[in-house]
Amino acid sequence: MRQREPFVDTSPFVRDSVVPTTCYMCACRCGIRVHMRDGRIRYIDGNPEHPVNRGVLCAKGSAGIMTQNAPSRLRSPLLRVGPRGAGEFREIGWEEAFAVATGWLDPIRKTDPRKLAFFTGRDQSQALTSWWAQQFGTPNYAAHGGFCSVNMAAAGLYSIGGAFWEFGEPDWEHTRYFMMFGVAEDHASNPIKIGLGKLKGRPDDRRAKFVSINPVRTGYSAIADEWIGIRPGTDGLFVMALIHELLRAGKIDLHYLAQYSNAAWLVIDNPGKADHGLFARDQYGRPLVWHREWQEAVEAGRPDGAPALTGRVTLSDGRSARPSFELMAERYLDPEYAPEAVAERSGIDAATIKRIAAEVAHAAFEQAFELEVRDWWTDTSGGRHGRFLGRPVSMYAMRGISAHTNGFHTCRALHLLQMLLGTIDVPGGFRYRPPFPRLSPPPAQPSGYANEVRPETALPGVPLGFPSGPDKLLVDANGKPLRIDKAFSWDAPLALHGMMHMVIHNAWAGDPYPIDTLFMYMANMSWNSSMNTAGTMRMLTDKDPATGEYRIPHIIYSDAYFSEMVAYADLILPDTTYLERHDCISLLDRPISDGDSVADSIRQPVVKPDRDVRPFQDVLLDLGARLKLPGCINEDATPRYPGGYPDYMVNHERKPGTGMLAGWRGHDGALIGRGPKNPKQLDRYKRNGCFWQTEIPDSGRYYRFANRDYLEWAVGMGFIDRVEPLTLQLYSEPLQKFRLAAEGHGTAQPPDSERERIRTYFDPLPFWYPPFEEAAFNDADYPLHAITQRPMHMYHSWGTQNAWLRQIQTQNFLYVGQETARKHALADGDWVWIVSPHSRVKAPIRIMDGVNDDTVWTWNAIGKRAGAWSLAPDAPEAQKGFLLNHVISELLPPRADGYRHSNSDPVTGQAAWYDLRVRLEKCAVEEAGQTEPRFETLPRPTGLPEPLALLRYGARFRRKKDRRSQP
Amino acid sequence: MTSLPTAPSTKRLGLVIDLDICVGCHACAVACKEWNSGGHAGPLTDFAPYGADPDGVWFNRVHSFEVTDGYNDTNTVHFPRSCLHCETPACVTVCPTGASFKRAEDGIVLVAEDLCIGCKLCSWACPYGAREYDANEGVMKKCTLCVDRIYNENLDAAERVPACVSCCPVSARHFGDLGDDKSDISRLVAARGGVDLMPELGYKPINQYLPPRPRRNRGGETGAGDSLADIAPPDAGGSTLHPFLRWVDRVLSD
Amino acid sequence: MHPAFSVIVFTVSSGIGYGMLFWLAINATLGNLSILAVRVWPADLWFGLVAFGIAFIAIVAGLLSSTFHLGHPERAWRAFSQWRSSWLSREGVASVLTFVPTGLFAIGWIFLGDSSGWWLAAGIVGAACCLATVYCTAMIYGSLRPIKAWNLSDVPMVYLALSLASGAVWLGPIARIFAIPFGWSDLFVPVALALAAVLKWRYWARIDAIHRGDGTGRMPTRGSAIGLPESKSVQPLDPPHTQQNYLMKEMGFAVARRHATKLRRLSLLLLFALPALAWLLALFLAPLLQIVVLAIGALAMTIGLPIERWLFFAEAKHTVMLYYRGSELG
Ligand SMILES: Nc1nc2c(c(=O)[nH]1)N[C@H]1C(S)=C(S)[C@@H](COP(=O)(O)OP(=O)(O)OC[C@H]3O[C@@H](n4cnc5c(=O)[nH]c(N)nc54)[C@H](O)[C@@H]3O)O[C@H]1N2
Ligand SMILES: Nc1nc2c(c(=O)[nH]1)N[C@H]1C(S)=C(S)[C@@H](COP(=O)(O)OP(=O)(O)OC[C@H]3O[C@@H](n4cnc5c(=O)[nH]c(N)nc54)[C@H](O)[C@@H]3O)O[C@H]1N2
Ligand code: SF4
Ligand code: SF4
Ligand code: SF4
Ligand code: SF4
Ligand code: SF4
Ligand SMILES: [Mo]
Repeated sequence: MRQREPFVDTSPFVRDSVVPTTCYMCACRCGIRVHMRDGRIRYIDGNPEHPVNRGVLCAKGSAGIMTQNAPSRLRSPLLRVGPRGAGEFREIGWEEAFAVATGWLDPIRKTDPRKLAFFTGRDQSQALTSWWAQQFGTPNYAAHGGFCSVNMAAAGLYSIGGAFWEFGEPDWEHTRYFMMFGVAEDHASNPIKIGLGKLKGRPDDRRAKFVSINPVRTGYSAIADEWIGIRPGTDGLFVMALIHELLRAGKIDLHYLAQYSNAAWLVIDNPGKADHGLFARDQYGRPLVWHREWQEAVEAGRPDGAPALTGRVTLSDGRSARPSFELMAERYLDPEYAPEAVAERSGIDAATIKRIAAEVAHAAFEQAFELEVRDWWTDTSGGRHGRFLGRPVSMYAMRGISAHTNGFHTCRALHLLQMLLGTIDVPGGFRYRPPFPRLSPPPAQPSGYANEVRPETALPGVPLGFPSGPDKLLVDANGKPLRIDKAFSWDAPLALHGMMHMVIHNAWAGDPYPIDTLFMYMANMSWNSSMNTAGTMRMLTDKDPATGEYRIPHIIYSDAYFSEMVAYADLILPDTTYLERHDCISLLDRPISDGDSVADSIRQPVVKPDRDVRPFQDVLLDLGARLKLPGCINEDATPRYPGGYPDYMVNHERKPGTGMLAGWRGHDGALIGRGPKNPKQLDRYKRNGCFWQTEIPDSGRYYRFANRDYLEWAVGMGFIDRVEPLTLQLYSEPLQKFRLAAEGHGTAQPPDSERERIRTYFDPLPFWYPPFEEAAFNDADYPLHAITQRPMHMYHSWGTQNAWLRQIQTQNFLYVGQETARKHALADGDWVWIVSPHSRVKAPIRIMDGVNDDTVWTWNAIGKRAGAWSLAPDAPEAQKGFLLNHVISELLPPRADGYRHSNSDPVTGQAAWYDLRVRLEKCAVEEAGQTEPRFETLPRPTGLPEPLALLRYGARFRRKKDRRSQP
Repeated sequence: MTSLPTAPSTKRLGLVIDLDICVGCHACAVACKEWNSGGHAGPLTDFAPYGADPDGVWFNRVHSFEVTDGYNDTNTVHFPRSCLHCETPACVTVCPTGASFKRAEDGIVLVAEDLCIGCKLCSWACPYGAREYDANEGVMKKCTLCVDRIYNENLDAAERVPACVSCCPVSARHFGDLGDDKSDISRLVAARGGVDLMPELGYKPINQYLPPRPRRNRGGETGAGDSLADIAPPDAGGSTLHPFLRWVDRVLSD
Repeated sequence: MHPAFSVIVFTVSSGIGYGMLFWLAINATLGNLSILAVRVWPADLWFGLVAFGIAFIAIVAGLLSSTFHLGHPERAWRAFSQWRSSWLSREGVASVLTFVPTGLFAIGWIFLGDSSGWWLAAGIVGAACCLATVYCTAMIYGSLRPIKAWNLSDVPMVYLALSLASGAVWLGPIARIFAIPFGWSDLFVPVALALAAVLKWRYWARIDAIHRGDGTGRMPTRGSAIGLPESKSVQPLDPPHTQQNYLMKEMGFAVARRHATKLRRLSLLLLFALPALAWLLALFLAPLLQIVVLAIGALAMTIGLPIERWLFFAEAKHTVMLYYRGSELG
C-alpha cells in the first residue's frame, strides 16, 4: 500500500526585511538581526558577523520580542499625584515634564550644582551621562560600577592597566589551563560561553584544563574539569597559597617580572619616614633598579639594565632599599600562606592547593610555547622579536571576588599570580581588550574639588577618575567627603566608579550634606539593586517632621518599564525600548573589543514606539539645552544637538578628532579611530550590521604593555597620547602613599578616626583579611555565607516582565547543602527564615550537593514586589520569590564613635553583597508557603494596559496552509 | 498515515547534544520558542503569561541534575530535552488519525495539526515528554526539527539549521544526518560515545547525547605532578626566603 | 497519570455496556443450547428494551464522553482511519462495528421476540465484538511502553474481567425486575468477580513491584533518561520551568501511597465484596428483596469502578516524570 504523508511546507515565506542592531536584553552587547514581517518582529537571531557573539544568541536575546511587547512598558511621562511610594500618577506631556524638571534643576545649577545627584544604573551611555554631569557642574555622578565590580576594575587598573570584567579576556585559542574565579555569567555572557565551548572542544593532544573556583557548582562550574567549592571570601588565601607554592618551587618567570613589572624597582626602607615604602627615584623622578653587574642604582627600563630582584642595597644618598620583588617574596613565602595554613579557612584541602600549584606551573612552564609573528614585533626598548613567548595559563574573575570587603586585595593577588607566571598579555594567558591597556593607574584624576564646583559652571573634567594619591581625594579641609556618595573620600579613596549604593542613604541622612534632586536612570534602586530594601523604601519616602517635606525633595527617574522604582519617583521620564532607539556602545565607555581587534557599535531604531516615550539620551540632551548647559548649546544658545542622540553620536567630539564612534571617521569615512566628523557615519554603521571592527596588527597582539607596534597603533587610534610602556604594578606605590598619609606624612592626611583603617587596608602588596561582616559577628550566631548568582536566562529585575523568560523561572529557592540540611532537619521544599544581623527573610529551600558546606545561595533578583512589572499580584515572583537584599545592610556595624562605614571594600567602596552572613531557622508549619517581608501591592501606573490572559504571538505569521497531500 | 514509513530513506536527520559542555543557559529553549511561535507549528500558546500560573507550549526544555556515582564523584549536568525523532516511535503509531507521522524522506516526526483531534495519546506514548498540547488550539505540538528552516529557500544557506543549534553559545548542539556514517555528526557520535536515551523502551532515538566526560580533578591528569618540589631545603631557621633568594640570584646571573 | 473524568466515564461506562451485551448474547446462546437446567431467558420485549437500552446508553455515553476529552471532537471521525497501527483507532472502529451485530441481535430480541437462529448468530458475533472492543480499549493503555504500570498483559485481562463482571452484575437486578430469574450470567457472576478480583490483585502486586524497582526487565531510570550509566544516581536540581506545564499536569499526577492503599481497599469492597455478598444473599431472598439486594450490588460496583479506574490512572507513572523532582509531582 502506498503511504500518503501530510503535506509540509518546508519553504514558507519568512521575512520582508532584516534590520541589524545591538541586543540590550543584557549588557553583553551582542549583534542581532531583527527579522521583520508585516511591520512586526518575526524573530531575532544573532548576527554571525558580529565580533561579540558571532551569531549565537542567549535566552534573553531570543526573548526580545516579549520585552518589546511587554504590558509593563511605560507609556507617557508621569507626574506623581499621591504620596511618594503609592504609585499614583498623572500622565503629562513632554513639555510639562521638561518644565517640571527644569523647574527643579535650573535653581540648583544657579546656586549649588552639588544638589543634583545624577546616578545611572545598567546603562551603556556613560560617556554621555558623565559628560552631562560635567556640563551641569555636579560631582555627584556615577554609574552602577560601585555596587557592581569596581574591585575588579580598580585592582586591575592599579595593577596591570586593564582588568577582568570587560577589559580583558582569556586567550581562548591557546590557553591550556584556565582558572575561573567567582563567575556565574558575567557581562561577557556569550563570549565566555563561546570561549568555553572552544576550550572544551579542543582535540586531545591540545586539551586544556578548566578549573572553576566557586562555592556553587552550577552553570560554568558544572562543565569545569575541576570544581573547587571554596568558602566565600577566602579566594585571597587560596591564591596566596598558590603563590607561596610557586615561589617555594621557583616556578616563576623572573625575566618577565624583571622586564615588565616593577619587581626590580627599589623600595625605600626607611621606617617611620615619609619616603618609606616609596620607590627610590632619580632626579627626573624615574624609578631606580639595582644593576647586578655594575652594582649601582640605574633607572628602570634601560636596555642595558640587569636589574637585581633581590638584595638590600644602599643608595647613593645613604638610604637603604630593596627590590619590591624581595618584599613580595618575603611576604608570601611566610608559612602563614602555606597550603596547610589556609586549608581550613578556605575549605580547600592542602593537597588540592599543592596539586593546583603544580598543574599551573606545569602549564606555564612545561607547556610554554612560542607563537611566530610574521612581521616581528618590537618592544619598547627597541628589541625585535620573531616570536611571542606563550605561557598558557589564563585566569578570569568576577563578582565572586569583587563583591567582598576584601575583594580589591584578592583581585590584586590574582593579578600578582598572573605576573609571577608571566601570563599577562602573552599567548595562552590573559589578554587586554583595546583600548586597554592603559597606564596603571590611568592618569585622569576625578573632578569636583571644592574650587571646581561653582554655580553655572561646568567641571573641568568628568566626575570620575583615578586618584594617584591622597592629595587627589575629593575631601574638604577637614577630610569630609565632597561627594554625596563619599566616593574618593577617606571612606573609599579609590571608589573609581562612585558608590551608587550609598546615594539614597546619604541623601536621606544629609551626610555629608543634603541634596535637592536625585536624578536616576535605569536602576531599580527601591528593590534589587539596593541593600536594605525596606530601609531604602523608608528613606525614599521619609519626610522631615520640621518642614513636612521629603528628605530627598525631588526624585526624577527614567525607566522604560514599570519597575519597583517607578512608584518612588516624582517625575518619570519614560524611555524607549532597545529596539526603538539609537544607542552608542562607545570606546569611551566599556569596550566590546576583543584580544585581536577593536570594535564599537550602535543601536538603531527597528520599531516605532506606539507610546508617548522618548529615548532618554535625547531627553537628556534636550534637558541640557533647556538648562543651557555649556556643552549642550551653541554660542547663540540654540541647542547644540537638535537631532538628539544620533546627532551627538556623530558630531560630539571629546577632543578634536575623537568622538563617540571610532569607525568611518573623516568626510569620506576612510579614517578609523581619530578623524574629523563624518555626517554619514551612522549610515556606514547600519550598513555594516551596526558595528565597526578593525584588527590589531599581528605584531601588536601580545605584550602590549611593552609592545611598540601596538602602542604606536594605539596612539594612531587615539587610545593613548604617546608611546610609553606600562609597568605591571607588582607593588603598588599609590597604595603606599595612602598608607603614609595615614601614618602622618604629607599634607593630605585622613582624619584621626580613619587613620588605622587606611593604614591597614592600603597595603602596597595584596594581603588577606576576613570580610568585615564575618569578622564582626560571631560564627556561632551567623554560621553561614549567603550569596546570589545570576541566572543565565534573566537579567536582574527586568527579565521577569518577559512572558517567555518568566516561564523558565517564576520563583527562587534557597539552596542548602546536604550537611546544612541535616543539621537543621530540613527537607526539600521546607521554608526557612534566613536571619542576618540586619533582618530576616523567609524562603523555601532546596537541597543540593554541589555547594560549599558553609554556604547557602539563591538566584538573584527573581523576587518581585507584588504588582510591579504588570504581573498579577499573586504571581509566584511576589508570593514566593525573595531577595537576599532584604537582609543585607548598606552599613557596617557602628565603630566605637558610632560612625557606620558603608558595607563596602575599604579601598574601592565596592558594595560587599557577598559578605552576608546568616543563620537558618526552620519555619513553623503555618509560616510556610509565602515569603516575607512583602510590601504593599503596587498599582499599575495610569495608562498601562491590562496584561493579556492568553498570548498567541506569531499566530498571524502562519500562512494558511494548503492541505494538499502528496503521494 | 501513522504506520511508520514502509520505505524510509536512509536519511535520519537529528540533533546531537553534548552534555559535556552544555551550561544550561536555556538559549536553545527560547530560540526554539521564538522561531516556532511564528513557524510551522505556531503559535505556541502561552496561558496566563503575566498571571500567577504561566504555562505555555515549548518544544525544548532544559533541566539540570546532580549526578553521583556513589564514590564522592559528583557533578552537575545540564540536560536539554526535545523530540528525538525516534526511528520506531510509538507516538506515531498510537495516533488514531494519521496526524502524527514520520516523514519517509528524512525521518522527521511531525504533527499535521489539521488532522489532529487532540486526543493526547501520542504525548502519553512519548517517553521523553517531547510533545506538548496546545489547549487553546486543541492540538498536539512538538519539535519540528525546524523543518521550515532546514530546507527553506527563503533563508540563506547558512541559516538552514535548527534555531536551537544556531543559537547555542557553547556549540553543544549539532545537526545533521545520523543515517550517514560519514557525516560530521555521526563521526562525532562515534568519537564521543553518543548514547540513546532510555534505550530500554526500544524507540531507537535518532538524536544522540554525548555524555559528560570524566572530570579531571586528580593528580597527573594534566601531566603535572601532585605537588611542586622545593628549590632547596629551608634554612636552618625554617625560612624558605633565603634559599629562594639565592635561587633567584643564580637564575638571573646564569 | 492524570485521571481525566471523561476517560474514566468512557472506560467504565462502555465497559459495563459491552459486558451487558456480552451476557445477553451468552444467556441467549446457552439458553438456546439448553445445557444444564438453567432457564432460558425469553426474548422479552420490555426486558430487552430496558437491558439493551441501558447497555447501549452506557456504551454511547462512554463513547461520547471520550470525545469530550478531545481538543477537536468535530474531527473525531478521523480517528477511524489508523486501525492498522493505533489501538485507539481500533477501539473506535471496533466500537462502531460492534453496533451492527449487537444492534441486529437487539432488534431480533426486542421487536421480533427472537433470540435464536440468525439473530442469535448476530448476538454471538456481537459478543465477540464486545470483547474485542473492550480489549482494544484496554490496549490503548496497555500498549504504552512509557507507562510501566499499564504496559502489562494484566491490563487487558483486568479490563475484560471487570467489563464482564460488571455487565453480569448489572443484568441480574434488571432481569429480576422483569421477573426473569436466574440466568447464565448470574451463574458467572461469582466466577467473573473472583477472576476480576484475582487479576486486579495480581495487577496491583505487579505494579507495586515495578514501583519498588524490582519489576522484571530493564526499566528506564533517571540515569538512562539522561543518557548516563546506571551506576550513577541522578537527582534533579533545577527544572526547566518552575510552574507546572502540560507534561506535569497530564503525566505528573501522583497519589499518596497512603491514599492509594485506602482507595484500593475501598474499591475491593465496592467492586468485589459487596456485589459478591449481594449475589450470595439473593440466593436466599424473596424475588422483591433479590431486586433490592442485587441492585445495591450493582450500585456498589458502579461506584467502585470509577475508583478503580481513577487509581489505574493515578498510580501509573510516566517515564517523563523521571526528568522532574519528586516534590513537584501532583
Ligand atoms: N543580592 C544581590 N543584589 C544585587 C546584586 C547581587 O549580585 N546580589 N548585584 C548588583 C549588581 S552587580 C548590579 S549591576 C545591580 C543591578 O541592578 P539594577 O541596576 O537595578 O538593574 P536592573 O534590575 O536590571 O534594572 C534597572 C532598571 O532599568 C530599567 N530598564 C531596562 N531597560 C531600560 C531602558 O532601555 N531604558 C531605561 N531608562 N530603563 C531601562 C529596568 O526596568 C529596571 O528598572 O544589582 C545589584 N544587586
Ligand atoms: N544573565 C545575566 N547576565 C548578567 C547579569 C544578569 O543579571 N543576568 N548581570 C550582569 C551584571 S550587572 C554583572 S555585574 C555581571 C556579574 O557576573 P558574575 O560575576 O558572573 O555575577 P554573579 O552572579 O554575582 O556571580 C558571582 C559568582 O561568584 C560566586 N561566588 C560568590 N562568592 C564567592 C567567593 O567568595 N569566591 C568565589 N570564588 N566565588 C564566589 C557565586 O557563586 C557566583 O557563581 O553579570 C552580568 N551579566
Ligand atoms: S548576552 Fe544575550 S541578552 Fe545579552 S546582549 Fe547578548 S544576546 Fe542580548
Ligand atoms: S543553548 Fe546550548 S548550552 Fe545552552 S542550554 Fe541549550 S544546549 Fe545547553
Ligand atoms: S521523542 Fe517522543 S515525540 Fe519524538 S519521536 Fe520519539 S516518541 Fe515521538
Ligand atoms: S493528539 Fe493528535 S497527533 Fe496526538 S495522537 Fe491524538 S490525534 Fe494524533
Ligand atoms: S529543532 Fe527546532 S523545533 Fe526542534 S528543538 Fe530545535 S529549535 Fe525547537
Ligand atoms: Mo553589575
